[in-house]
Amino acid sequence: MQLLEYAIRGIPTGCVFALLAVGLVLTYKTSGVFNLAYAGQAYVSAIVYYELRKELEWPLVAAGVVSILVVAPLIGLLLERVLFRYLRSAGSMAKLVTSLGLLIAIPEIAKLVFGSETRKNPPPLWWVRRTDEWLWPEGATFVLDAGQVATIVSTLVVVVGLVILFRSTNLGLRMRAVVESPRLAELSGVDSERVSMAAWMLSSVLAGLAGVLIAPLFASLNPFDLFTLLVAALAATVFGGLSSIPLTFVGGILLGVLQAVLAGTLPTDSVLTNGLRPSLPFVVLFLLLLFRPGLRSTRELVDPLATVDAPPPPPVVRARPQWVATSARVFGVVVSLVALLVSWFALDQYWLGLAISGLVLSVTMMSLIVVVGMGGMLSLCQAALAAIGAFALAQVVEASGAPVVVGLVVGILVAAAVGALLAVPVVRLDGVYLALATLAFALMFQSIFVPLSWVSGGAVPISVPRPVIGPLDLSDDRYFLVFVVVCVIATALVVIRLREGTTGRFLQALQTSDVAAASIGIDGPRARVVAFTIAAGIAGFGGGLAAIDLGQASYEASFPYIIGLVWVALLVSAGARSIQAAVLSGLFFFLFPALLDKLFAFPGNWVETNPDAPSWVASIADTIQPTWAQSVAFILFGIGAITYAKHPEGSIEAQTTASVNALVRRVEARNAAREPARVGGPGTGGTTP
Amino acid sequence: MTVPVLELDHVDAAYGPFRALFDVSLRVDPGEAVALVGANGAGKSTIARVASGLLPPTSGSVLVDGADLSGQAPFRYARAGIAHAPEGRSTFASLTVTENLELAFRSARPKRDVAADLTEAFTLFPKLGERREQLAGTLSGGEQRMLALARVLVLRPRLLVADELSLGLAPIVTADVYRVLGRVRDAGTALLVVEQHLDHALALADRVVVLQQGEVTFDGPPEQLGDLSTTVLLPAGSPSRADPTDAAATDAAATDGGAT
Amino acid sequence: MSDALLSATGVTKRYAGIVALQGVSLQVHAGEFAAVIGPNGAGKSTLFDCLTGVQRPDRGQVTFDGRPVDSLKPAARARAGMARTFQRIELFGGMTVLDHLIVADRARTRRGGLLADVLTGSHPSSEELDRCATVLELLGLEEWAERPAESLSLGKGRLVELARALVCEPKLLFLDEPSSGLDRHETDEMGHALQRVQREHGIAILLIEHDVPLVQRLAERISVLDYGELIASGPTEEVLSNQKVRVAYLGGST
Ligand SMILES: Nc1ncnc2c1ncn2[C@@H]1O[C@H](COP(=O)(O)OP(=O)(O)OP(=O)(O)O)[C@@H](O)[C@H]1O
Ligand SMILES: Nc1ncnc2c1ncn2[C@@H]1O[C@H](COP(=O)(O)OP(=O)(O)O)[C@@H](O)[C@H]1O
Ligand SMILES: [Mg+2]
Ligand SMILES: [Mg+2]
Repeated sequence: MQLLEYAIRGIPTGCVFALLAVGLVLTYKTSGVFNLAYAGQAYVSAIVYYELRKELEWPLVAAGVVSILVVAPLIGLLLERVLFRYLRSAGSMAKLVTSLGLLIAIPEIAKLVFGSETRKNPPPLWWVRRTDEWLWPEGATFVLDAGQVATIVSTLVVVVGLVILFRSTNLGLRMRAVVESPRLAELSGVDSERVSMAAWMLSSVLAGLAGVLIAPLFASLNPFDLFTLLVAALAATVFGGLSSIPLTFVGGILLGVLQAVLAGTLPTDSVLTNGLRPSLPFVVLFLLLLFRPGLRSTRELVDPLATVDAPPPPPVVRARPQWVATSARVFGVVVSLVALLVSWFALDQYWLGLAISGLVLSVTMMSLIVVVGMGGMLSLCQAALAAIGAFALAQVVEASGAPVVVGLVVGILVAAAVGALLAVPVVRLDGVYLALATLAFALMFQSIFVPLSWVSGGAVPISVPRPVIGPLDLSDDRYFLVFVVVCVIATALVVIRLREGTTGRFLQALQTSDVAAASIGIDGPRARVVAFTIAAGIAGFGGGLAAIDLGQASYEASFPYIIGLVWVALLVSAGARSIQAAVLSGLFFFLFPALLDKLFAFPGNWVETNPDAPSWVASIADTIQPTWAQSVAFILFGIGAITYAKHPEGSIEAQTTASVNALVRRVEARNAAREPARVGGPGTGGTTP
Repeated sequence: MTVPVLELDHVDAAYGPFRALFDVSLRVDPGEAVALVGANGAGKSTIARVASGLLPPTSGSVLVDGADLSGQAPFRYARAGIAHAPEGRSTFASLTVTENLELAFRSARPKRDVAADLTEAFTLFPKLGERREQLAGTLSGGEQRMLALARVLVLRPRLLVADELSLGLAPIVTADVYRVLGRVRDAGTALLVVEQHLDHALALADRVVVLQQGEVTFDGPPEQLGDLSTTVLLPAGSPSRADPTDAAATDAAATDGGAT
Repeated sequence: MSDALLSATGVTKRYAGIVALQGVSLQVHAGEFAAVIGPNGAGKSTLFDCLTGVQRPDRGQVTFDGRPVDSLKPAARARAGMARTFQRIELFGGMTVLDHLIVADRARTRRGGLLADVLTGSHPSSEELDRCATVLELLGLEEWAERPAESLSLGKGRLVELARALVCEPKLLFLDEPSSGLDRHETDEMGHALQRVQREHGIAILLIEHDVPLVQRLAERISVLDYGELIASGPTEEVLSNQKVRVAYLGGST
């Protein structure tokens, strides 16, 4: 009986999950995008509603209509027109990375537009906050508040509406067709553009509705609360197999009920169960991904009319002439040396520290090269694996007093072992599902393991000393810089060799066709597990270095999962297979916000030192907030990921390829002019249009 | 003089930097059956794509029933009465067989009796009738072709464009399809058929158009084709065969059926 | 029985409500050129999938080269000497023709593992390149070696698939409609290539085709599937003149 009551208590929460999950499924079904930025869209509507209701004191209906039925669809329309329109025939991974970029950028844009002050007590989409004993008359043990009633009603309306849309309307059918092949749909007389816009507007309305309804659940309005709730709701989307609306709804309710029942029955005195309770949705998500039948066989949908598009320009001139390879290498070495010398002599403590952190991060970025660029697996848990490396190092060094370098090796091994354990079940999943499973792992790690003292050392991070190698004391940042550079070069060499060697070739084959790779005897799961494990080891290495750099193994400071998502977005947009991209994006991550910081602080400082500046200058300087730096940096990081749509090989890689190709072509043209009798074969003729 | 259902007027077409059609002019009159033949890479599919609006011409114009539709979205062509069955498995893999057909029948203008259309499609291809609720992506290669053809054959459009009509079909099915094509033509639909099986195509066609390397090299009744028929299917003439660079340029971009 | 290279007995495969294969038994002898024909949806590709391990049959056994392979995954069967091409062409993106062959050769010889990669870089060795060159030459693809797979016409693409399969040095080649989508000239080229593969290299071939004249020219023996069942099997001419086959597949004439 007690249990039943707990279960009933879970229904309103279940509806919240269901509402979010159903919206995600709708977006996925009608646009092919697994839209992590859904939380961002919800956030914007919630802010607009907040501002209209609380600041401008609009009447409820007007504020609701404007925020949900005007602003939200406009955002959807905007996203479709400027972005997703160009991604229609892109793979699901490209779309996922783009939505990741949006997830990072949208809340920051909202902050710039609406101001970044905290918004306490978001107003409900209902007239009163509580209706005491409205539904539960005599002796009720709990009541539904009006917000909950609104959520339940809206969820039911949405679910029924969507079921009708897909079961029995033409529009639902068209939306599903347009996702798969807009052009094939057009051949049947369907106006794909309009259908696709309608799909985005509809899903955006649902996001807005969810945002406004859910916001009052939190004490203040915050994009990351919404995102975490969205991730919690993912279990329901997976329950519905990313396609069935009714199943997704049921999944959401079950999740809410399960959570309420466990909350009521689990003992409250153990650290483990305390960690388990908030992370239950992630555990469920992870288990569902591993055990729900029917998830593995999802083949990527390929537009049957993709052959109408001109092929992308050849990725790289494969057989680069020897002189190009040699001079590129020499060039790289010279640039690095110059950079090293400049850092050694010219950088002050602050910038030197940032440069070191950037280089350290580039090691972790290289782990992404192995798993994402080479393995084609969008792992969202590299930050967690790096943290594992850091914790292992810190624990070993603290417990046994072993040299830090030994700890570093232990960190690599432990991270690799965890990676291997995780990889065995996870690599069977493809595309979106793999990304979700790793995300679930990252969240589980964060909420269950990080608080444990045998993992992280508990509330106070374990400190890690800088090692002394021979005569060199690495607590001098300049020696540490050299040490880090050596580590980066060593990692880069390993990654390059793997990429060009048999491992890389097998993985490349597996990326396009599993069956074809199997038909020549390549064991796909095994190759993927190996790649995942190596990547985990490299991430552990990067994490260990980060701990040494910082002087402590701190999860909050170095490895929160959200930061990990930013890393993925950054690296993938710079070039998921390229070492330069890894190094540059690592440096960029630390140096760019710092530079912006200086930039945005400059006008204010200048006015302070020049008090007699004209007043209009002062007023402009006043409006420029140094706090913009972080926002602008994140927006640019996000936009970087969005450009992934244009250059799937990455912007840096695209740049390099283009300039190398141009150079080769120019030199070859000159040579050809000198000896015009040269006979061209298809090999040379094919690459130049 | 009748207004042609489809007229390509000095059309050039290209895929990015690769030019595929060179100054092609072609007309299909109402109720006429035209066979388009040529080696692989000659540009047959490109003509079909231009005719249905999938590929906008880089110069020249496309007229449907006298109206200039060049550069318009493909759905305008579809609504003007052009039904194109592209080569290969041109079906929605994630929709069922019935949904694939319903999408086409329900979107057709003017409104049609969808139930009757479905029945007709399933009598045409009984094999599909046994697979109504199956996802199109799990159909066999030939069944997917049947589904793509069923869609256009039942519609009885103004002009039916079928690319690589009999590709992947068993001989008995190919024969059936040609029988139905004959009926459809008799009911007033014009046909533009791309085909490798010359004998079938020539038996059906009122007119044959031969393409070589993106240019029309013959346009006339099948009887006049004569000896040409043995050579038209060779890839390009012998001079460029000898020059590998040239052959490469032609093939450089051929992606149909390339890596999927 | 025991001298058959491949022998399948009673292979049955059902999909929800559909019987794709019903107790199909089939043998292929070493070095032989056999074909499977049948109407669309008869289960030919499904049979290939069951024989090469891509699909698990519901019932039935497959032995290859004298040992049962039922529990082997596709990759293991490939290493045991089965190679195949696909009805819908499956090439690797972002790789040149030569890369395709090198990957296939590596998968066979198992050269280069993690350690070897890191220590030596595992660059293509000259023996490897020689082996690949031999196959390229056999199929007339020498000039296409450095071309990316995406830029190939369907005809060349099918030849590359064949080349990739040959590099695996198979004992038995499964070819699923290798001539579909090819023009007459390319079909001829493909036919010659297949004949050379079988005659000069002694590789057994099992072919699925709808191009009856091509089958007639190449195959020594034909099995006919209809609705998942074997309805005829025997020497080519005999089977093609069989009344049942004419009704189910050829359609009276021919
Ligand atoms: N995943 C699946 N679910 C349900 N039915 C399937 C599935 N895969 C195949 N089938 C059915 O099994 C039958 C056999 O298919 P198969 O691909 O083997 O045919 P085929 O003989 O190769 O035909 P074709 O000559 O057209 O290629 C078909 O009717 C197909 O619809
Ligand atoms: N998507 C594409 N991108 C680039 N070139 C293409 C594309 N499709 C076809 N081509 C090229 O256009 C020419 C004509 O091709 P196509 O019309 O497909 O020929 P056919 O159908 O006669 O075999 C060929 O040279 C081919 O390589
Ligand atoms: Mg074609
Ligand atoms: Mg088949």
